[in-house]
Amino acid sequence: MDAFILQILNGLDKGSAYALIALGLTLIFGTLGVVNFAHGALFLIGAFCAVTVQKILGISFETIDPTQTDFLGNPLKVATPYVEKWLGTDMGMAIQDWSVPLAIIVVIPVMFFLGWVMERGLIKHFYSRPHADQILVTFGLAIVIGEIIKAFYGANPIQTPAPSTFIGTVDVGAWLGMDPGSVAYPTWRLVYFAFSAVIIAGVFAFLQFTTFGMVVRAGMADRETVGLLGIDIDKRFTFMFGLAAAVAGMAGVMYTPILSPHYNLGMDFLVLSFVVVVVGGMGSLPGAVLAGFMLGILQSFASMNEVKALIPGIDQIIIYIVAIVILLTRPRGLMGRKGVMEE
Amino acid sequence: MGILEVKGINKRFGGLQALGDVNLSVAENTVHAIIGPNGAGKSTLLNVLVGKLIPDSGSVMFDGQSVLGRKPHEINQMGISRVFQTPEIFADLSVFENVLIPCFAKRDGSYKLQGIGAVSGHGDVHDMAEAILADVNMLDKRHMIASSLSRGDKRRLEMAMCLVQEPKLLLLDEPTAGMARADTNNTIDLLKEIKEKRDITMCIIEHDMHVVFSLSERITVLAQGMPLVEDTPDNIKGHPKVREAYLGEAQV
Amino acid sequence: MLGLNTRDFKLFILVCVLALAAPFLLNPFPTASALGESFNAGYPALMQRFVIFGILVIGFNILFGLTGFLSFGHAAFLGVGSFAAVWMFKLLSYNVVPAIILSVIVAGIFSVVIGYVALRRSGIYFSILTLAFAQMMYSIAFSDLAGKMMGFTLTNGETGLQVYNDDPQILMGPDSPTTPHFFGLEMNSQFTWDIGGWSFVFQNGYYFSALFLIAAFYLSIRIFRSPMGLMLRAIKSNQTRMSYTGINTKPYMLAAFVISGMYAGLAGGLLAAMDPLTGAERMFWTASGEIVVMAILGGVGTLIGPVLGAGIIKYLENIVSKINDSILHQWFAIMPDWLDNVLVTIIHPFIGKGWHLTLGLLFMAVVIFLPGGLVQGGEKIGELFRRKKTDDAADGAKTPAE
Repeated sequence: MDAFILQILNGLDKGSAYALIALGLTLIFGTLGVVNFAHGALFLIGAFCAVTVQKILGISFETIDPTQTDFLGNPLKVATPYVEKWLGTDMGMAIQDWSVPLAIIVVIPVMFFLGWVMERGLIKHFYSRPHADQILVTFGLAIVIGEIIKAFYGANPIQTPAPSTFIGTVDVGAWLGMDPGSVAYPTWRLVYFAFSAVIIAGVFAFLQFTTFGMVVRAGMADRETVGLLGIDIDKRFTFMFGLAAAVAGMAGVMYTPILSPHYNLGMDFLVLSFVVVVVGGMGSLPGAVLAGFMLGILQSFASMNEVKALIPGIDQIIIYIVAIVILLTRPRGLMGRKGVMEE
Repeated sequence: MGILEVKGINKRFGGLQALGDVNLSVAENTVHAIIGPNGAGKSTLLNVLVGKLIPDSGSVMFDGQSVLGRKPHEINQMGISRVFQTPEIFADLSVFENVLIPCFAKRDGSYKLQGIGAVSGHGDVHDMAEAILADVNMLDKRHMIASSLSRGDKRRLEMAMCLVQEPKLLLLDEPTAGMARADTNNTIDLLKEIKEKRDITMCIIEHDMHVVFSLSERITVLAQGMPLVEDTPDNIKGHPKVREAYLGEAQV
Repeated sequence: MLGLNTRDFKLFILVCVLALAAPFLLNPFPTASALGESFNAGYPALMQRFVIFGILVIGFNILFGLTGFLSFGHAAFLGVGSFAAVWMFKLLSYNVVPAIILSVIVAGIFSVVIGYVALRRSGIYFSILTLAFAQMMYSIAFSDLAGKMMGFTLTNGETGLQVYNDDPQILMGPDSPTTPHFFGLEMNSQFTWDIGGWSFVFQNGYYFSALFLIAAFYLSIRIFRSPMGLMLRAIKSNQTRMSYTGINTKPYMLAAFVISGMYAGLAGGLLAAMDPLTGAERMFWTASGEIVVMAILGGVGTLIGPVLGAGIIKYLENIVSKINDSILHQWFAIMPDWLDNVLVTIIHPFIGKGWHLTLGLLFMAVVIFLPGGLVQGGEKIGELFRRKKTDDAADGAKTPAE
């Protein structure tokens, strides 16, 4: 039982990341009808926003401290970050410690802007072109973004720790009334899950309860009619692209403490997220979220030692097997609408 | 006994009864029209006939064989061809290549691995294709890419592609929808000409009464998924039930 | 001639000449000169890649170019072919004939199975299914899952598969060569011809592969011009009409998929024949992406496009990765220092390790501005010239696929 719960929990954080990316992919696909292979790259940009914020907060000046000497007896150079100089040592250190959550504030406008530029500058010109062309151009863009990041930050993973408050584990077992210590779960992963849940709920609420969201949903169902009503649906769809980019970016920022980002991260997540979207049903938002969590949890079960002893390496291929089976038995995915991209 | 016998077809989409107990008998070598107001189930019926939809119950016999459960390409090989509302042609290929394909299908059946001999090596197929293009007066356009044809020529080309297979039954789904009067008349003439030249049964779904009455020998009226009347054009013209079906709501 | 029309025959001869004379054509500059060091590509290891990837992309084009089905997992068949070939080296001997035969057969079997499943869907679903299959096969090969299940080493995981001294090699005689060979003709033996400042290298392995390229190209022309090619193009154009024309599209699609998978298997076998080791990274999806890039760059659905695309990408990869800042400084030596420095700073991210950035940008540029690839670009330029010469507007007799 403990192991069971632990596996579900372990699946949640990966599932959250899949769900957030798949949500964005579906938003873009549902509104603009574009299959965005560069969506993983948006996740990647988000992650590197966190890295950048951490670096900026860490920019230091050096002073020579005559009171300390290194092992050769020379006066020691001490690097002091500017934030500590300007805001006092305690405040400065706290801000640096919280660089990942702080990056969220930066990432939202940045990703909105990038999403807007991407849609207006590139994707717009591909609406009337075949889907294969859309896949290809966004695929090219994904390579370019990944490589630009590699040019700036190098190819190695960069550590971006979570705030020290969230380091360590929480005793989820005790909360559930089991023996203390039976199910210990890293705190940040729990934070990540809660964060994702809030974002997902926010997106759904936005679409469900605001006029803007209502128009967008109407536009997803029938773009032409909404256009005839005198509503500039294109502008709203552009906004949705920005929103999808922001969601992917936030997912990326918050994921950095779990997995140190490197330039290929976006591609790794993209392939799986596409599988998630297809399993959930192309164009279905609840389907994307459901499939994201489902596959995340499934993957974590498959990586249990007991399962692996039975079928070695099943954890690495389980998602693909599920995807293939679902696509063949339920071609529209779990919750897909009829007629979406069937031909 | 007609060439096409439809018995007791039912088809539901969720709560909607699209077809309810439809019976239809199309006699060989006649032109049979199916008319009815929007949503009467004409297109659903057509899709059942070509194997795109499978009905919930009932039977469709063509030439003594059941059609149900067969794939569209198998039904085509039995001798049913279909003309679409907007011409479905191979837009990226040349006119000549467009007709070559049904010629191969006619000669070789639904699938034959041809080896790697060049297309031009198949003389018989070439002759067949040229003959049909001459038949519809399009031989001079043989090298044009199909997408660059005029709408009327696309319709001609599609018709040629169907005819070259010498179907026993030709299904036409609103062949004149969205056409100007002149084009409509041209299409009527084309269909009449086809009918004169060969033994063929035609089943037309049409909105335009002008087309229906100039071509058909028998008419079935569908309303709300059910056959209302079946009769000759002259009797249909003044039939009270038909008037009601078309104008019913306005009169009440 | 050879069952080809004049135009296709010219194209075929062109490819033959390019392939056979490559050691000359790719060595235009004296070997020791600065230009030669940077731009010559006539050495065997690189030329082998030109032709082998040419074969791979020609095969990919039979699927994507003719039918429009975009497979995002084609590298899987390449990898399967390589593994099959290395196993033949391990079990029998270094003779490449059984290795290549088996690699084509195994890739064929895999593509029948995967094609049968993946072709039940079309469009984006097909792309994702092929991607999923390829990633699955990559994972299986990378951790040698299949081998672990059966209790022996099949792909040898991360290390990669190679031939060891204690392998059975039952057909190895005492005098048999210890590198891949064609009945005694060793792949890596070569003959160098020094003339003036040039030295031209002729390698058995290269010419062995080049003959396969020529055969593969010839076969692809025949397929393009055959009734089957016509059917495949018709499927790309309008599947609805196809099924209402009484044609079962599935077998045609599967045939195209399997043929293109076997081409990939052949390419994989040849890669192993040139260098008898292989690893799972050959099957990674970026490798599949690269195949797509090559096809698009050259011109999808054209005959010569894939060969050009593969050649250009592999050539640029080689050149661009070799260039570094000091070479750039040499080039710009005549310019004032500040301009030199500015230019080098601008170009720096795109060269050396930045090759993939250049590749990505190039790829985007082609998709955006030249969807038909370089062949279409060439045709447009050609048309401009022709229009100047004659005012004959009759362009009706254009063949859709070059």
